[in-house]
Amino acid sequence: MLSESGTRDAGDRIAITLTINGQRRQLQVAPWTSLLDLLREDLDLTGTKKGCDHGQCGACTVIVDGRRVNACLALAVMKDGASVTTIEGLSTGALHPVQAAFVEHDAFQCGYCTPGQIMSAVALIEEGRARTREEIREYMSGNLCRCGAYTNIVDAVESVLNGSSARREAAE
Amino acid sequence: MATTNLHVGTAQSRLDGPAKVTGTAKYAAEFKAADLAYGVVVSSAITRGRISAIDAAAALAVPGVIQVFTHENRPRTAWLDYNYRDQVAPPGSPFRALHGPEISFGGQPVALVVAESFDLARHGASLIRVTYEEEVPNTDLAKNREAAYVPPKKRSGIKPPPDPRGDAEGALAAAPITLRHEYKQAVEHHNPMEPHATTVVWEGEGKLTIHDKIQGVNNTQGYVCSVFNLKPDDVRVISPYVGGAFGSGLRPQYQLFLAVSAALDLKRSVRVVLSRDQMFTLGYRPETIQTVALGADEDGRLQALLHEAVAGTSTFEDYQESVVNWSGLLYHCPNVTLGYKLAKLDTYTPADMRAPGAVTGVFALEVAMDELACATGIDPLELRLRNYAERDEGENKDFTSKALRACYAEGAARFGWARRTAEPRSMREGRELIGWGMATGVWEAFMMKSSARARLSIDGSLEVACSTADLGTGTYTILAQIGADALGVPIGRVRTQLGDTALPEAPLAGGSWTAASSGAAVELACRAVSEQLLAFARRIDESPLANADLAHVTFVDGEIRLASDPSVRVAVADAMHAGGVETVEATETAKPSLLTSLRYAAYTHSAVFAEVRIDEELGVVRVTRVVSAVAAGKILNLKTARSQILGGVVMGIGAALEEESMLDHNVGRFMNHNFGEYHVPVNADIHDIEVIFVDEHDDKVSPIGVKGLGEIGIVGTAAAIANAVHHATGKRIREIPITLDKIIA
Ligand code: FES
Ligand code: FES
Repeated sequence: MLSESGTRDAGDRIAITLTINGQRRQLQVAPWTSLLDLLREDLDLTGTKKGCDHGQCGACTVIVDGRRVNACLALAVMKDGASVTTIEGLSTGALHPVQAAFVEHDAFQCGYCTPGQIMSAVALIEEGRARTREEIREYMSGNLCRCGAYTNIVDAVESVLNGSSARREAAE
Repeated sequence: MATTNLHVGTAQSRLDGPAKVTGTAKYAAEFKAADLAYGVVVSSAITRGRISAIDAAAALAVPGVIQVFTHENRPRTAWLDYNYRDQVAPPGSPFRALHGPEISFGGQPVALVVAESFDLARHGASLIRVTYEEEVPNTDLAKNREAAYVPPKKRSGIKPPPDPRGDAEGALAAAPITLRHEYKQAVEHHNPMEPHATTVVWEGEGKLTIHDKIQGVNNTQGYVCSVFNLKPDDVRVISPYVGGAFGSGLRPQYQLFLAVSAALDLKRSVRVVLSRDQMFTLGYRPETIQTVALGADEDGRLQALLHEAVAGTSTFEDYQESVVNWSGLLYHCPNVTLGYKLAKLDTYTPADMRAPGAVTGVFALEVAMDELACATGIDPLELRLRNYAERDEGENKDFTSKALRACYAEGAARFGWARRTAEPRSMREGRELIGWGMATGVWEAFMMKSSARARLSIDGSLEVACSTADLGTGTYTILAQIGADALGVPIGRVRTQLGDTALPEAPLAGGSWTAASSGAAVELACRAVSEQLLAFARRIDESPLANADLAHVTFVDGEIRLASDPSVRVAVADAMHAGGVETVEATETAKPSLLTSLRYAAYTHSAVFAEVRIDEELGVVRVTRVVSAVAAGKILNLKTARSQILGGVVMGIGAALEEESMLDHNVGRFMNHNFGEYHVPVNADIHDIEVIFVDEHDDKVSPIGVKGLGEIGIVGTAAAIANAVHHATGKRIREIPITLDKIIA
């Protein structure tokens, strides 16, 4: 909880600095507040979803210092100094290629798991580990989709992977 | 009016896609209010008994905790059961949260702690001390089977089993080939990714704006008004996005009641979000024990069919679904007896979950049919063709349409069914046994009364609107497609508005009826708009359309054109000028035809083919291929339609292999109440799924020829997989989920 909404002593709070979607923010957070609750409840960045609050669903996936992280399992105070990218920070204006691929391949239905899937996919593509559909399936398995959009998610991720490898080859 | 089909029947990306992929789509727990307080629910630690004392002092002493609501200080609400019955309530006394000290199911909410922040409310909730007088819970369906009863009051909208036809027991005794087995469906929880949540915004002077996770905002509004004695004008419900529901959002859930109670009492905005484990204290697909007996000739023709089911329900409501009725209509059979009973358990009331009843009943029937195929040595697909029902013999009606033969043929061809070797354990690759199985799927094609509004503006933009919800089903997009074609507007200029009680009333999004119902309403509203436009166009001096009537014009590219000679035309904008208006708007209501439903039976059908690969030593089953061939009338959007089926198949794979909420009968609670232990399919579990839509023209089922797709993808999938498991291993497993312990047993 932020100091401005405070009902507890400021002494309970800890000052941290986070760079969120490129913006440096000085925050006072309670030691028990998760990064997810900080984003959703205090910073109104509700694009990051809460599906389980237990690290079991991936709906809360954000990218922290280049790595995908379950925001529900991270205490905000532990991320002091970190750079956090949420779905809101993925693109300005035009959609990020992964976002566009998700729309094109109908890789979601209700949309609730979608920000987490997209953040996972973006990090996965950056990591450069996934090459085959089999690998995409495996590495995207931390993100549950109850609507069952999995095959379309794999199509979307694969299309971006192929696109970026095509671009790489063209550049070489 | 001739409509163009530029959009309907094509593959269109979701109009709500950009909002969903950028995180701007707002779900129930994501609406803001300056004075927002947070409620966290305290769940009962016992299953049956009563609260003897509840001590909230420690919670109330926490700075920032505002109030603790319990049965001792709950706000006054309506007295009669009747007031708590929502649109789809089964017969009985609906659960009332915090109503009294009695506990009648595990995890029942016993207190709501409201605080200035979510963290504080959660902390406060952990400090509530409840003491109970505990009684021994009764949650074991098998032990209650003898006490099962035929529900005395029928649930509205759910057909009880049809009367017996012929003499099933007699024919069974006389049949040369018979089988009789028991089949079990485990409890499944819907587990949409978005937990149930309600944000109540206190607008002052008793006015509320409610954002609720619900499959139809009118149900929330009606419930809140009736329970809290409020006027509809004072309660607006806005839920534009629903993070999945699959039935769990048909009825208002207890977080709504608690959030509204607190908001009214505190006169401020309140949000209540359930935790994932509390999602296991809501409705679920009930455990069901079924007996199916089949009697057939040596050539596989059915002579007798008996199907009886006993399902669990709560102690306070008689939840009912159609489990056995499918067995009366799917195959030609002269002697059929069907039965459906309930047993009362100390659980919450079950709830409709994707293809309620059909998932359960068709699983049993279709595995039994596979067993008959084995017993007669007839190919499972051929057996179904031999017993093909030309009419609904259960209700003695013709079908509005039934292209199931095409599903069998096209599905089998795509799957390569002809290459299957009949003998179990006859196909293998390396360590893995391969099994091919198939099953039929069926679901009722409903249409409900729905209103909708269409508003065309002089700038060429169109808005179509009604109050139903898009749960991820594609409703935003299909309604826009219908509007676009009806009025000749490019889809990029169409906006669909949903999920708001201020919009024309449409039914709950459920039962696969939304496309047929609200789609027909949008088409009617657009037609009324076009009538007005044509009237204006005819008024223009020397109008080229002066003598045209609606039947002879089309609306294309912002123009009204004579169908026979498109060069004869009037721009829609000019027509509006002539009428002296800037917008043309109409609200219309589409209703199902009573005559049609009296005369015809309307169903969607599917043929599902599945391939499994099983490493017998490990007991792990992989579903490597599924082909689902569906006959569902007109398909509005090839892209979202396919996704509906894919989603159903994935949930069917979950039902077949993974999903099971396990009760500990000693304490009466579900033990595996989280995603770590209640397994749903993950990406790695899902391999190739192919969806085929066969041609099916239907001019009776609904005004737009649509049958709906939300459920059919799941029906039959578990049976096809169970049959494939048998083909692979020779083991007949009649209880789903088929977990690895059953494979290696
Ligand atoms: S909410 Fe963080 S993993 Fe589910
Ligand atoms: S799109 Fe609904 S959970 Fe994935």
